[in-house]
Amino acid sequence: MTSAIEYEPVIGLEIHVQLSTATKMFCGCELSFGDPPNTHTCPVCLGLPGTLPVANERAVHFAMMIGLALECELAPRSIFHRKNYFYPDLPKGYQISQYDEPLCRGGRLGDVRVHRVHLEEDAAKLNHVGTSGRIHGADASVVDFNRGGTPLVEIVSEPDLHSPEQAREWLILLRATMRQLGVSDVNMDEGSLRCDANVSLRPAGSHELGTKTELKNMNSFRFVERGLRAEIERQAELLAGGGSVVQETLHFDPATGSLTPLRSKEEAHDYRYFPEPDLVPVAVTPEMVEAARAQLPELPAARAQRYERELGLDRDRARQLAFRDELGDYFERALAADGREVEAPALANWVGGELVARIGEADPAGSKVAPEALAALVDMVGTRAVTTGAAKQVLDRLAAEGGDPAAIVEAEGLGALGAGDELDGLVDAALAANPQAVESLRAGRGKAIGALIGHVMRETRGRADGGEVTRLGREKLGL
Amino acid sequence: MTQPRDLTAKQAIERVRAGELSTAEVFDACQAGARDDELNAFTWVAADRPADAPPDAPLAGMPLAVKDLFCTEGIPSQAGSRILEGYRPPYTASAVQRLTEAGASILAKTNQDEFAMGSSNENSAFGPVRNPWDRARVPGGSSGGSAAAVAAGLAPWAIGTDTGGSIRQPAALCGIVGLKPTYGSVSRFGMIAFASSLDQAGPLTRDVTDAALLFSQMVGRDPRDSTSLERPEPVALPHREDLRGVRLGVPEELSAEAEGIEPGVRQAFEATLRLAEELGAHVEPCRLPHAAHGLSAYYLIAPAEASSNLARFDGVRYGLRVDGDAGLREMYGRTRAEGFGPEVKRRIMLGTYALAAGYYDAYYGRAQRVRTKITEDFRAVFEDFDFVVTPTSPTVAFELGSRVDDPLAMYLSDYCTVPMSLAGIPAISIPNGLSQGLPTGLQIAGPAFSENAILDAAHALEAAIGFDGSPARA
Amino acid sequence: MIDRAEVLHVASLARLDLTSDEVERMAKELSAVLDHIEKISELDLEGVAPTSHVVEVASALRADVPAPSLPRERALAAAPDAGDEGFRVPSPGA
Ligand SMILES: [Mg+2]
Ligand SMILES: [Zn+2]
Repeated sequence: MTSAIEYEPVIGLEIHVQLSTATKMFCGCELSFGDPPNTHTCPVCLGLPGTLPVANERAVHFAMMIGLALECELAPRSIFHRKNYFYPDLPKGYQISQYDEPLCRGGRLGDVRVHRVHLEEDAAKLNHVGTSGRIHGADASVVDFNRGGTPLVEIVSEPDLHSPEQAREWLILLRATMRQLGVSDVNMDEGSLRCDANVSLRPAGSHELGTKTELKNMNSFRFVERGLRAEIERQAELLAGGGSVVQETLHFDPATGSLTPLRSKEEAHDYRYFPEPDLVPVAVTPEMVEAARAQLPELPAARAQRYERELGLDRDRARQLAFRDELGDYFERALAADGREVEAPALANWVGGELVARIGEADPAGSKVAPEALAALVDMVGTRAVTTGAAKQVLDRLAAEGGDPAAIVEAEGLGALGAGDELDGLVDAALAANPQAVESLRAGRGKAIGALIGHVMRETRGRADGGEVTRLGREKLGL
Repeated sequence: MTQPRDLTAKQAIERVRAGELSTAEVFDACQAGARDDELNAFTWVAADRPADAPPDAPLAGMPLAVKDLFCTEGIPSQAGSRILEGYRPPYTASAVQRLTEAGASILAKTNQDEFAMGSSNENSAFGPVRNPWDRARVPGGSSGGSAAAVAAGLAPWAIGTDTGGSIRQPAALCGIVGLKPTYGSVSRFGMIAFASSLDQAGPLTRDVTDAALLFSQMVGRDPRDSTSLERPEPVALPHREDLRGVRLGVPEELSAEAEGIEPGVRQAFEATLRLAEELGAHVEPCRLPHAAHGLSAYYLIAPAEASSNLARFDGVRYGLRVDGDAGLREMYGRTRAEGFGPEVKRRIMLGTYALAAGYYDAYYGRAQRVRTKITEDFRAVFEDFDFVVTPTSPTVAFELGSRVDDPLAMYLSDYCTVPMSLAGIPAISIPNGLSQGLPTGLQIAGPAFSENAILDAAHALEAAIGFDGSPARA
Repeated sequence: MIDRAEVLHVASLARLDLTSDEVERMAKELSAVLDHIEKISELDLEGVAPTSHVVEVASALRADVPAPSLPRERALAAAPDAGDEGFRVPSPGA
């Protein structure tokens, strides 16, 4: 009877990012998605005899921007290698990739170290026809070379992640960073961002690494988290049962959430890497580095920090707005709206909370709610010109048909009711309508005031100021 | 009057410009010859005469024989292999493009060793080529069809490719001129690759002047070939008639009989060295300490690159496909087993082995270091000498079938030509008189981009040697 | 010296189905060639850099400008088994 050992997961991610260049990595074919099969090919990307690759200048530029954004060291001279294996989606019988002399080495993003960043070419698409969608069992497949040769950047993290949640978070930060750089569509469903993971377990506190497995095909943030959780459980059970983990590649099946060992492309796993003789080394000049640096925007991690430190947003709200750059941009435009003294944290809550609740994933810039309008509304709440409840109604209208909040408040008569006859009368009516509440109040049960407030709010559709109602009510009862 | 086929290309061009001859006459004469060729030099011959090029075009419509492995749009380009039988590419190789734009007209595609792997042209899926000097003998390889066609007067000139000697050695064995340019001089785009870091295209011609003329229209940086280079100076036609002040280095390692150089070849070589001195050259021995290891390095690097370059022949997008009933794996294995000939399989195996896990450092990695040493050897020699001269081939043309069962003996034919290929430097082979009634070749090699100087020296020696480059014609 | 098993492993990496005679012959021939090549193991190459590119050209990059692609029928023209708008192959798993 041994008490269960605590295991600590050790996770490293390997991310492939399709670059949003105009053309492929080594030929002039235009990139495409969802176009008819084999309509974006040429002798080079079909691997016809005699053809040669020529590297895409912008792909190198984008890779350098990524390297700089991830605080990597850029190699003054890097070379391409050939990774040799046979597969129908690989027209030349080798993938041109970078091996032991990559473009970027050793950086970090957030609290995770980046091992390397390198350039390579994407494989074509193998569409399996026949019995099932998965390779196994299908009798015939058809190759579509439209995607073949798309520029890819492979980002390999150090095994610094220790939970599925943390891995998911980091991946979201990475995607936000890529989007901010404008180097990729980073769309996981379309495969422009793909994530593989290495996972191993070790007894908590120990430092040597256990045997790791590789997880593939986790093509959504949710799947990354689920896949990792499933694999960590699997390994934990194995170890707990006195078994041991075998190094293998597992395929995550989103449908069942299960992990199945993948049949390897080259069972001998001998890629026979050697320097690609058809390409010359990539020599990074100071001018190239400067050009890349000059195009770096403020990155999500820095933006979130700025929101926390300078604008006093709480961490989660800051990250929400910073990691979805369209939210951040909208927020900042609203903040700048004609010099109003809006409270940044309040405004942030309205953008990240109420507005997002109404427009969902959509870009707020495209919504009917002008940033200036939201700023004005939040300002009115701040100056108690409208109550929070009424402001939410105003926002409903703004989201539906746009317009100017002040005008809506005016037209709808949603302005807050301050002291004065109108409210006075309403309180009298409330007292009259709620004798028991009056009893209770007199008997010192302060809570009963709620009934009075509720009554007034119903009558005023939320325009009344609860504090004012309380004050008046107690005064009238001489309390 | 002399037949068009007896003229060099330059002579023919001059007559065309003088209005004494029409390109149509030249083309028809060559086409007729090519059609009843008994040497098996061609894999395809143009059915009809192309539109006349303007006479003022640099190549004035001269017919050109093109090695099979150059891709030519709509014309069979099979690299001498069964796996590409009948393959007609959708594009044309840059080098061929440049030549046709300069006024060359494609007369024929020439036979070759499969994927340029061979030194005898016996490795062609379309049958061996015969040597016009003795049809029982090989023309050399891998550009054997191009060499035989030019030597037999079936084409005014031809282009071929040289990876370890595939232009120079057949030129020597057929008694013509062959130039292997500085690596990067001529675009490789559209050349079906054998060994990418070594392959270079070049001319095979009757004389040195034709070589310079054809070469001058092939060169230049090509945006489609990352490894191609702009030349520091344009290619000039050679005029030099003496060798005054020229320093010729004779590397013991590549010229001694001890190294397998036939006595007859050695004698012809020595006779030419004496001629060179009479022309004013200083001839002295020099050392290339690592040259003897060139062949070993070459037979690791070239097959390794070839094993990867030939992986694309998988039965999916073009060429032969042999299906089995056991799925993809069997389709690959059978397609390649039936599509490739024995020598190609041998080299794919050798190259795959040299790159395989655990062997890379001992073989491919080491070979690349030897390559560095050989390059350094040449650099050192060229500090004291203008050129290095050697026999091109250790032997004269050998008999068909005499070496097919002994790969190693066959590989030794490249002994003198491989070091220059590894160093990426230019080298020419010119006819160097006969031995046993068969042509021998003289190789002149210089530093990178020294083609103009090499051609000048070759021009001077060519005149002094006075070789009559015409085997008895059939 | 390279034995039958190694020949078979290498042939499988290279996707070459060899007959058993070919395997025998290959073992003999490759061994002979490798014995000759072994000579380079005698050389002292300590600290010698490998040559992967004999001409050092800087970058030679291509501007990111689209060039026309092939019409599908031309792309498929030489395919042994064109169909379903693409290149048909036996499924890898089958
Ligand atoms: Mg990769
Ligand atoms: Zn393309």
